[in-house]
Order: sequence, then C-alpha cells, then structure tokens
Amino acid sequence: MKAGIVSYGGYIPRYRIRPKDIGVVWGADGEAMGRGLNIRAKSVPGPDEDVITISVEAARACMAKVDIDPTEIGAIYVGSESHPYAVKPSATIVAEAIGSAPVLTAADYEFACKAGTAAIQTTMGLTLSKMMKYGLAIGSDTSQGAPGDALEYSASAGGAALLIGTDRAVADISHTVSFTTDTPDFWRREGQRYPSHGGRFTGEPAYFKHVVNCAQLLFKRAGTTAEDYDYAVFHQPNGKFPVRVAKQLGFKEAQMDAGLCVRDIGNTYSGAIMVGLCAILDEAEAGDRIFAVGYGSGAGSDGFDLTVTDEITKIRRDASPSIKDMIADQVFVDYATYAKYRGKILMREA
Amino acid sequence: MRDVAIIGVGETEFGELWDRSFRDLGIEAGLKAIQDAKLRSEDIDAVYIGNMSAGKFIDQEHVSALVADYAGLADMHLPTVRVEGGGACGAIALLQARLAIASGMHDIVVVGGAEKMTDVGEVQAAEILSSTADQEWETVFGATFAGLYAMMARRHMYEYGTTREQMAAVAVKNHKNGALNPEAQFQKEITIEMVLQAPWVAEPLGLFDCAPLSDGAAAVVLCEMQKARKFTDTPIRIAGSGQASDFLALHDRRDLTMMDATVVAGKRAFQEARLEPKDVQVAEVHDNFTISEILAIEDLRFVEKGKGGPATADGLTALNGKISVNTSGGLKARGQPVGATGVAQAVEIVRQLRGQGGKRQVVGARRGLTHTLGGTGATAVVHIFERGD
Repeated sequence: MKAGIVSYGGYIPRYRIRPKDIGVVWGADGEAMGRGLNIRAKSVPGPDEDVITISVEAARACMAKVDIDPTEIGAIYVGSESHPYAVKPSATIVAEAIGSAPVLTAADYEFACKAGTAAIQTTMGLTLSKMMKYGLAIGSDTSQGAPGDALEYSASAGGAALLIGTDRAVADISHTVSFTTDTPDFWRREGQRYPSHGGRFTGEPAYFKHVVNCAQLLFKRAGTTAEDYDYAVFHQPNGKFPVRVAKQLGFKEAQMDAGLCVRDIGNTYSGAIMVGLCAILDEAEAGDRIFAVGYGSGAGSDGFDLTVTDEITKIRRDASPSIKDMIADQVFVDYATYAKYRGKILMREA
Repeated sequence: MRDVAIIGVGETEFGELWDRSFRDLGIEAGLKAIQDAKLRSEDIDAVYIGNMSAGKFIDQEHVSALVADYAGLADMHLPTVRVEGGGACGAIALLQARLAIASGMHDIVVVGGAEKMTDVGEVQAAEILSSTADQEWETVFGATFAGLYAMMARRHMYEYGTTREQMAAVAVKNHKNGALNPEAQFQKEITIEMVLQAPWVAEPLGLFDCAPLSDGAAAVVLCEMQKARKFTDTPIRIAGSGQASDFLALHDRRDLTMMDATVVAGKRAFQEARLEPKDVQVAEVHDNFTISEILAIEDLRFVEKGKGGPATADGLTALNGKISVNTSGGLKARGQPVGATGVAQAVEIVRQLRGQGGKRQVVGARRGLTHTLGGTGATAVVHIFERGD
C-alpha cells in the first residue's frame, strides 16, 4: 500500500511587484537584482489576505476537484512561517472553512520553507497507519523580507494544499526521505518582524548541501537517476538556486520548466515547492514520474518520489484555476501600494 | 642583535570557511609551518600570535594560550603572546618574535596570524573592522573604513590625476595573481569593466576596490641564523624591519595622499637592511583597498609620488614587471583574514625567495618586502627578507 496525493490545489494572490520598482526606492539596480535572482515579479498579498485566507483558498481549490466528504479528513496541518497568530492555530480556521470540523486533529507547523512538506510526511504516516482516511497538508506563506534587504526582491505570498490518502491517489508517493542538520542560515526570533539571514551562508552550506544530500538519498532509495523522471521540482527561494541544483543532479531544463513558478511569483516560502508540484500536476499524465525535494532553513530537506496514476484523468482538474491561470492573472502595483498592502505604513491608531 | 631567519611557513586556504573554527585554522597553519621547518615540538621556545579582534568576531580572548593548547603544546608551558595592532598585528607579531630571538632570549619562535570573520554578519564585521579607526572622532560621526579610504582616493585623484581605471588596474592585477594561487579566496580573473560597473561601497571605491572579509590563518617559524642552517639550506633572513605609528584619525594627518607611517617604517627597514627599493624584486603590500596599494608603492619609493596609478595601469607592478607586487593576490584576491595578513605576506615572500612560487614565481627573486597597515595608516610595518644561502 502506498500513500499519495488524492487531490491538490494552489492559490497565488493576484497582485505583483517588479524588482525594478523595489530597487527604485532603495537606490539599487532592481532590474539587475531581478536578473541575478531570475525573478521577473513577486506576488503580493492583498490587504485582506493572510496565511489563513491563502490556506483556505488552496484547500477549497483542492476539495473542489474531488467528491470527498470533508469530514473524512482526519488531520489538517498548516505549515508556514507567517501564521497570523503566534498562539492560536491557523489550521482550525481552515478546518471550519472547508467543513472538516470538529472530529479531526489540527495543528500549525513551522520549519522555515519546508513546513508544508513536513505536513505531507505526517499525513502519509497517519493514513498509511489507517488512523484516518485522509489528511490535508498545507504549505502557505506571506513571507517577510525586511525593507531594503535582498530578501525583499523575492519574498512573496502563496500556498498549496495536498489531500493525502492511500485510496484513489492521483500521484503515488513511492518514497520519501529527509536530510536534517542544525544549520542556522536564516531565522526570525519571537517578536521580531523580519527574519535575519547569513548572506552567502544560505547557499552552499545550507540550501545546496541539504538539497543535494536529500536528492542523492532519494535516488538511492528509489534506485533511480535524473533521467527516470519526467518532472523535477525543488524549493525555489529564487530562480537561480533550483536551476543550479537541478543541473548539478543531472536534470535537464525541460524537466524543470513546469514547476519553476518562482520566476513569475517570487518565493512563496512554505508554498514554494508545493505550488510548483501543483503546477506539474495541472499538466502531468498517467505514468509520469516526479522528483521533488524541498528545503527549509535551519535546516532540512524533504524529498519525494512520485508517480502519476490513472486517477489524474478522473478528478476535475479544471474545477479550480490552474497555477498557470493564477500566474497569468496579475495586477502590478507600485511600491507605495505594496507598502500599504503589506502594512508597512504607520496608520493612526483606531 | 643576532640574525634571524624564517625556516618554515604554512597557511590555510583563505575564504568563507564556514565549517572551520578559529582554532582549526590556527592549528592547521601552525602545524604546516612546523612540518615545513622539520621541527619537533620540544624545539619551540615561544609562540606569538597576531590577531585583531577574536573577542568581537568569535567572543574569544586569550587566543595565545588557546592556540598553543590546541597545537598540543600546553604541557610545555611555553610563553605565548597575542599581539594587537589593527590590520598590522601579524606583522608586529613577526617583529616582536624577531626581537625575542635577536636579543638571545629565544632561539626558535612560531609566529601565527589568524582571524575568523564570517561567524558574524557582514554589517557587524564591517563595524568591527572600523573599530581600528578613531571611534570617538571618526566612526561616531558615521565614517566607515571604506569611507575613510574613499577620502584618500578622492584626494589622490584630485592631486595627481589618478583615475578609477588606474585603481581598478590594482584589483585586476591582484585577481590575475590570485588565479595562480591555490590558497586564494578568489581564483578568478576580473576585468577593468567589471570593477568600474560594480556597485559603490563608498564613492569612488566600488565593490571590487575593496578586499573581502575572510577566514584564514598563516604561520612562520623563526630561528636564530646559525641554528637555522641546521634545519634548512635556504633560510630566509630578515634583513630589516621597521615599524611606525601616526595620528590615529585620518583628519589629523599631515597629508591624505601619503601615509607617513609607511614612509618612516620603510626608511627604517631599508636603512637596517642597507638596501634600496630597487634591490627588491617582490613585495606584498597592504591592498585592503585599491587606493592603498597605490599609496604603498609610492610611499615605499618603488615609484615616484603620484605615479602609482599609471605605474599599475602600465604593468610595472605586474608579475615579473619592474617589481612584482602582491603575487599572492594580495588582500584583494588572496583574502583578508585581518590577523593573518602580515604573516601570510611573509609566507608568500618566503615561497618566492625559495623559488616555490609555482605559476606565480618571480624570476630571480632574491629579496622581498612586506608592508602591512593598521587602521587607516596609524600603524605601518615593513619587513625586508633575503635569501640567506
């Protein structure tokens, strides 16, 4: 018996800002910054959007594709590093919104950008052990980059929900492995508004070390090489790292293209690899194999070997907008509007 | 004074060595130098360490005892000395160790230099570097280290017509040399255009006009000359040393375009060595910024005052030019672990004089010079070395 993805759904806010328009404010060459990061634009959450609304949108998009009673969902986990509440779960609101409450377990996860993939692994265990029929794993963020910091050019918003179960999966997860160490490349302490990062330290000893090691473990576990896969998707903090790591692991550009959403929407943190995976599932066909390795600072990587099944033809893939549609549906804003939407303007107290 | 020679050298690779600690680096460099000298630990009389700011970079003071301890020398109860003098600390440690042997107190001293700079963020590291300027009269008013050197560059451009392209030529040359040094932080050539197009750090100095933040360590073994011949056929004799200080703050100096401390330290070293600048074939000078190398080659009288820019652009200081300057890649390309600098410069000169320069060997190098700065030039140290065979 295998656990797998029974349904999926993503959500990307409509608003976008270009690197050029961020650079103008800080006296930097934003266009060059964007080219360096391989990012054309990043998504911006609207003033009434947060991790909970994004998670609900993604969960609803996921449930719309299948005829499954939401009360059959036994667990909802929301992975994010921008939960609106420090104490009070996002997951309970999602559960109520999609009609899964009250007989279920729910919790919020945090592991920088890989909290959502950790939720996939947890729900795999819960469904494989028959503790429940389905579990909902969500990765979603309205990520924070300090104004003027390099992160501001990429930190964006978006999320995805994956319904995990052992029955009628559209993609079987044949193998999953993780690679975890204590590596402080990026962090935000309690009460701090913006995260800190170790500059170039976030590259080689952090992202690349963990993704490459996890990927190699996954190849070994699955007895595969890059050539065996139709698609590959990695955590995408920018458009440069995943492309470099893919090349290093032997993947070709064609395998990467479908899942590399970061170029148009920026880094959706906990949402990043899951949104990429949804974009692949939007177009994948039965028999396609997918290689997915996420990354979370702090640090760890979760890897998944997936095979798309015939069930992909039986769900209503067009019942909710595809990731491609959401990427194309864009409204560009200037920095002032962005600053307002992101709550960076000090308002009169009510 | 007894004659003193270098009989062993060693250094780590330089760079952002995130998986190596201060003690790892210090031990590696020290052991390499000891092995190079074919010493036994019981031959060592003392250990001197150049270190600028381990207290701020890694929260560790008392690094002199630490290094001896982790080198396995703790139970020998050696005297260990840590020297601080801004960026010049490694060169001062070398000078102090030389004096300890010259005086007859010791026969063999290991001199190390080390800095671990990447455990703190870049902003914090820049602030720590700036602490070698005047905290009450410069940095408190917002001056950064790069900003102070930018003022020197501006004035040099105004007084002598030095151009950004000429300053860029320093970085291009040193990267070219660094590409031939397997221990350098940057082993990649760059172009004048890349230097000119890089973002500003402090106008007129761009990113490529500035040396990087680095981790690394270097060590040399000093030995009394007679004894040195028992260890090696090519002892490298310290022919002359000069150290000088100046006003701590840049605004108090006599001239923004000339470092008097360098001039005086150079004169003292040449005088002791009874040599002239023309007698030196290879020099490692303190190029923490591109303008610094231009000032150094002028103030050491390798070129006429004001002609450092054109001389560099014309290739006079290139590898096997009129005088080969910064064959290691200098602080710019080899890297700048501050405490290691003065010692690493000596390591490079020893290699050149021994004929171990590999692809960057200066043909016919018999005498070499090191020049090391503390702060914005409030300390300068010059050592002159020659083959002792």
